[in-house]
Amino acid sequence: MRPETHTSQIGRSETPDDFRSELLALIPFLRAFARSLCGNPETADDLAQETLVKAWQSRDTFIPGTNLKAWLFTILRNQFYSDRRRSWRQAPWDQESAERIPGTREDQTWAAELSDTARALRCLSDEQREALILVGAGGFSYEDAAAICHCAVGTVKSRVARARRALINILDGDDTLGSAQRPAEGEAAKEIMSQLDDLMPGPKRDR
Amino acid sequence: MANEDNPERENARAIRARQRAIGRELRRMYDNVAQEDVPSEFLDLLKKIDESSAKKVT
Repeated sequence: MRPETHTSQIGRSETPDDFRSELLALIPFLRAFARSLCGNPETADDLAQETLVKAWQSRDTFIPGTNLKAWLFTILRNQFYSDRRRSWRQAPWDQESAERIPGTREDQTWAAELSDTARALRCLSDEQREALILVGAGGFSYEDAAAICHCAVGTVKSRVARARRALINILDGDDTLGSAQRPAEGEAAKEIMSQLDDLMPGPKRDR
Repeated sequence: MANEDNPERENARAIRARQRAIGRELRRMYDNVAQEDVPSEFLDLLKKIDESSAKKVT
């Protein structure tokens, strides 16, 4: 059976076939964004697939002519946070410490192959990381990134700025991110956190 | 307040250079994933979506 469908009578400028082919074209970017949120490639692909299904189910709410990529990224991001809330409910876990530890064990195995920047990225808060990825790597405007993250444009700007500063500080000051001593155990994570704490008030490092 | 050979200004310049380098690295990471071949599960999924929507449309 061919997967081709000729769904005709649609009262919109965009047919399901158009929508479908645009979805197909955007899958690589969904995967890239998902990977940056999750860290782990398998989890990321699951997330991107969930997003595809959700997007298809709610395709009627998409306004043709608007930014489909931003619309998809919004769905993906919402899904990411709701999946994670669910997993927290299932396994009661201190949210704060979950945010502190750069990734799960699974994550870290994979992290061994990552560049320093990629590893440092895992140490940022979710909010800073997503803002930085959207604007710095995904090529979104601050406005689109704000819409995706459900926050004000100014908030995105300051998150991006803080994320950039934090990355530099982590990369500069932090040998624990080097391959010799990855953040494998709580020890290294704690150390990274203490360095992150140092940067909270602003860049006042002198070494 | 800030004179020409202000070390802070030097510092700021160095930081901007670092930020550009980090920006390049971030884009490289993102683009690397985006340039991978789309795994077959995604295409299977779209196929399933097609089939289910073919059934639903009247």
